[in-house]
Amino acid sequence: MRIGSELADGSFEQLAMPHFERLFNFACWLTHDRQEAEDLVQETYAKALKGFSSFQPGTNFRAWIYKILRNAFLTSRTGLKAAATVPIDLEGNEEILPAMKETPESILLRRSDGQLVQRALEQLPVAYREILLLCEIEEMSYQEISATLAIPMGSVMSRLSRARKTLRDGLRPQFQKA
Amino acid sequence: MVCESWKTKLDTYLDGQLPEQEMRTFNAHVRSCHSCSADALTRVQMKRTIQDAGRRFTPSAEFRRRVQNSIAPKRQRSLLRGWVFAATAAVVLVVGTLTLTYVRTRSGRDQVYSEIADLHVATLASSSPVDVISTDRHTVKPWFQGKIPFAFNLPELQNSEFSLLGGRMTYLDQTPGAHLIYDVRKHHISVFVFQEQALSLKLPGGMDENSLSPKQMPFNMETWSQGGLRYFVIGDASAADIDNLTKLFKAAS
Repeated sequence: MRIGSELADGSFEQLAMPHFERLFNFACWLTHDRQEAEDLVQETYAKALKGFSSFQPGTNFRAWIYKILRNAFLTSRTGLKAAATVPIDLEGNEEILPAMKETPESILLRRSDGQLVQRALEQLPVAYREILLLCEIEEMSYQEISATLAIPMGSVMSRLSRARKTLRDGLRPQFQKA
Repeated sequence: MVCESWKTKLDTYLDGQLPEQEMRTFNAHVRSCHSCSADALTRVQMKRTIQDAGRRFTPSAEFRRRVQNSIAPKRQRSLLRGWVFAATAAVVLVVGTLTLTYVRTRSGRDQVYSEIADLHVATLASSSPVDVISTDRHTVKPWFQGKIPFAFNLPELQNSEFSLLGGRMTYLDQTPGAHLIYDVRKHHISVFVFQEQALSLKLPGGMDENSLSPKQMPFNMETWSQGGLRYFVIGDASAADIDNLTKLFKAAS
């Protein structure tokens, strides 16, 4: 389906295509499958174009289109399966965990080649993986993450904190092996 | 001890998300505190490692072309044909003005119908259309707890021809909702439930009661609003069956 005016079509393309590579990367991390990620991105662009008339100019387009992709993922078979493995403390209290101390693993981390981190990221529950990706890879502000995930700012901070802790905990056995 | 209060905010500081004044104070502290600066260094290293590890997948050029083509605007018509369009546009404008209200109502209705029909067909085409498989409403209803931001009632089906097959989560216009599938004489009927206020789709007033199916569509559908929720009942069953299931839901809600 196309938006009625060519101007609207043109501005959609101009707004949406700069996010293409990153949306695809994000989709791959969510689905763990290139073909599924392609389907997800294609679906996202189709839905975004169809609903572009509801997008309010001046608001955050990036958060808007990431939200569409995430919702499409959550209703997909893979997304439903992933959502079923929600960590127990996902929406716990708003406590922000203290910073980690300098440890042998943190020193080793500086020298790691990233593959260990990739594996640990892959194994994170999807709720933690997505928030870390939005913060670290997409470099979204907490406000953008809040809009994308449709959760309050306080939850963004506490979930990020837990995601980082879970990632570190996941890395620890790898470091011990190394 | 003072550092412990700083350390809880270290990630927020490194994400650049502290208020400006606090950022300045934190900057000064990190410069003077060996423990915090060491922690900050470790965390920055972790952020960089995640960034390197996370930027991992690149789409193919062919896929990019495919997506771009699917959203590209129609190209400009030739100037030679421009005047024809201008003249035509004037005529269309007059006709369009006369029919604007009708078209708006119909296109809004058709858009909703189309979205709901797509969801119904796509789900039935799936190899496992429901995520909670049960004929028991007391199993299906609780399954939605925590998945959608509202509660709803399911009708008692004893002494009716309908049987519940199961349910799944769904989205309409980026709004989460419940999708239930019923069977009646081997016809499948979908019932969708959404929060009325959350739907940004414009639902024309004419949609509130009775069959909505545009003539070219092969489904019967009914929709109504009750208790702040918007219900859609759709399927290839007869209009009478759709109506009967609608009545059961209205009585249960």
